[in-house]
Amino acid sequence: MLPYILRRIWQMLPTLLGVILLVFCLFKFFGGDPVEIMAGLKSSPERIASLRAQLGLDKPVLEQLWIFIKQVFTLDWGKSWTTNEAISDIFATRLPATLTIMLPILILETILAIFAGLAVAYVRGSLTDRIIMIVTTVALAVSFLVYIIVGQYLFGFVLGWFPVQGWSNSTWTNLATYAPLPVFLAVLVSLAPQTRLYRSFFLDEIGHDYVRTARAKGVSENTIMLKHVLRNAMIPILTNVSVSLPGVFIGSFLIEVFFSIPGLGREIVVAVGRSDYPVIQAVTVYLAMLTMVINLVTDVLYKFVDPRVVLK
Amino acid sequence: MSVTQLQELPKSPGVWSQAWMRLKNDRVGMASLYITVCFIALVLLALSGLVAKDWQKEVGTPFAPPHFVGKILDGSQTMAIERVAGPNVDLSDIDPLAPRYQEWTERASKYQTVTTVKSDTLAFGADQQGRDVLSKVIKGAQVSITVGLAAALMATLIGTVLGAIAGYFGGWIGDFLEWVYNVFTAIPYILLVLALAAVLRTGPLMSVLGGGVWTVVIVLGAVGWTGIYRLVRAEYMKHRAREYVRAAEAIGASHMSRMFTHILPNISHVVLVQLSLHVVSFIKAEVILSYLGMGVPLDMASWGTILVEAQSELVQGKWWQLVATTAFMATFVTAFALLTDALRDALDPKLR
Repeated sequence: MLPYILRRIWQMLPTLLGVILLVFCLFKFFGGDPVEIMAGLKSSPERIASLRAQLGLDKPVLEQLWIFIKQVFTLDWGKSWTTNEAISDIFATRLPATLTIMLPILILETILAIFAGLAVAYVRGSLTDRIIMIVTTVALAVSFLVYIIVGQYLFGFVLGWFPVQGWSNSTWTNLATYAPLPVFLAVLVSLAPQTRLYRSFFLDEIGHDYVRTARAKGVSENTIMLKHVLRNAMIPILTNVSVSLPGVFIGSFLIEVFFSIPGLGREIVVAVGRSDYPVIQAVTVYLAMLTMVINLVTDVLYKFVDPRVVLK
Repeated sequence: MSVTQLQELPKSPGVWSQAWMRLKNDRVGMASLYITVCFIALVLLALSGLVAKDWQKEVGTPFAPPHFVGKILDGSQTMAIERVAGPNVDLSDIDPLAPRYQEWTERASKYQTVTTVKSDTLAFGADQQGRDVLSKVIKGAQVSITVGLAAALMATLIGTVLGAIAGYFGGWIGDFLEWVYNVFTAIPYILLVLALAAVLRTGPLMSVLGGGVWTVVIVLGAVGWTGIYRLVRAEYMKHRAREYVRAAEAIGASHMSRMFTHILPNISHVVLVQLSLHVVSFIKAEVILSYLGMGVPLDMASWGTILVEAQSELVQGKWWQLVATTAFMATFVTAFALLTDALRDALDPKLR
């Protein structure tokens, strides 16, 4: 196990280097001139020169790349160009809000979709199954934006069950008062595609011989579905959860902007609007690192979920 | 073998005509094909200016409701202003502007004014400026579908070419492209889209692209090719050692010719299905990007920009623009998604 993990970490290095290179080149060669963004079009030559020296823009490109790599590993990205807030502070203060919204969404949607998928797979081919498939197809065609516009209007404004938007300093108040509406809407919307996906995972398993054998020896249907089928379908489920896990840390941009939640996602959107490059660069590089780690952890977890898996 | 014998052999239908036969038997597939063709025709008509050309004209009163809702009475009453009875008092001797009235009237008469009668109700209602929602939604369909198609074409082109090179040649060039793929997939999709959008907004390319629709197309296309690359690469690896490719090599076909005239037609069904899958996802992505302010500019009508307006309208009870846009978009996307499913079934009967 340990040699496997070490080898995987070793293999991550070229990819990480590639991510750093990609982000660096993207902003260096395709992005605007940082000095122009920071100082504006009208500023004295002295100020421009001092800014250039501060940012290291007067150095050769390779040395700038080295500075960039050092920033990645020392976690010292300096300050935001527009608000002068330290980048590390931005991460520390915005991440809790994002997690408050995204973790409940991930947990709820996974549990609900597993059971909905199991139920739909169990009655496959029936009228219920077909109706659910048609409804999910049409539901998928409507934009997420429409759901949150209508959902906020209906539940927040007309019915008044939830506050329309807002955020407080206490995590508990947020979870109890402000998070439910966005979480509810996001789960509602993702339920359709997730159910379809999980249904296909379970359908793959239901056709196998072991299910027929279990039925033949008189195992109850509940046990077959919840023990045999569910455990065997764990690998695609795990893959699916790990694919959406990095998203938990960046948050849903749309939800955070729409409900004015001071999370990382909204911060990134604001940063893009203000051309605040360090914020975007830092988030991109660290999220890529996190994604790679999550992929590794998932691969190791496969072994625990399914002993037949051989890690090599 | 003599000529007569050859003629007696039953003509075997090609892959595409077989697929077409299978598609024709698929009722859902054909229905969605008709709807999709109608939408494409609508887009072409809008592009050529035959339909929805005057979408920016203010043809109705602000927020004129749809016909079937009828004119909304907001409680405020309008009535004719009472004429002042009695002789009009002549103020010309104390009014300092009086000598110039004549001159102004003459000058004003030089300009032609057109009085448009603004209708109180329209087929699908009007937006805040009194623009017809129907033509706006058609114009939006044009922009959104064009963006989706163009971005999907671009992603498919990049993915197919890179996948073909990586799968066909393998070796160091395959390893290099695999590394590029790993790098692109390590960064979460939406983050890469936003980073690219940020760069294109301010960078030197901005002056070339002009910050319009093409920026969105390039952002979506340059980020979305990875899935297609992976599939095409796998197909090429499978095909490159097949006998027909070896035979082509034996008669002296070049690498290029083997890659694109021999192998590509044999995997084109994979590419076609991927292309249509991406159209749907890019149309949806355009809506989200436009809401976040990184998509189509707000002065152009796209389904995304219309939905952005709809948010504030709904609170005022003006629901028609939201409903019209959603209905158009849902119809097209559902039809297109079902068509993709039908295409996949028709092109790849071994699948199930």
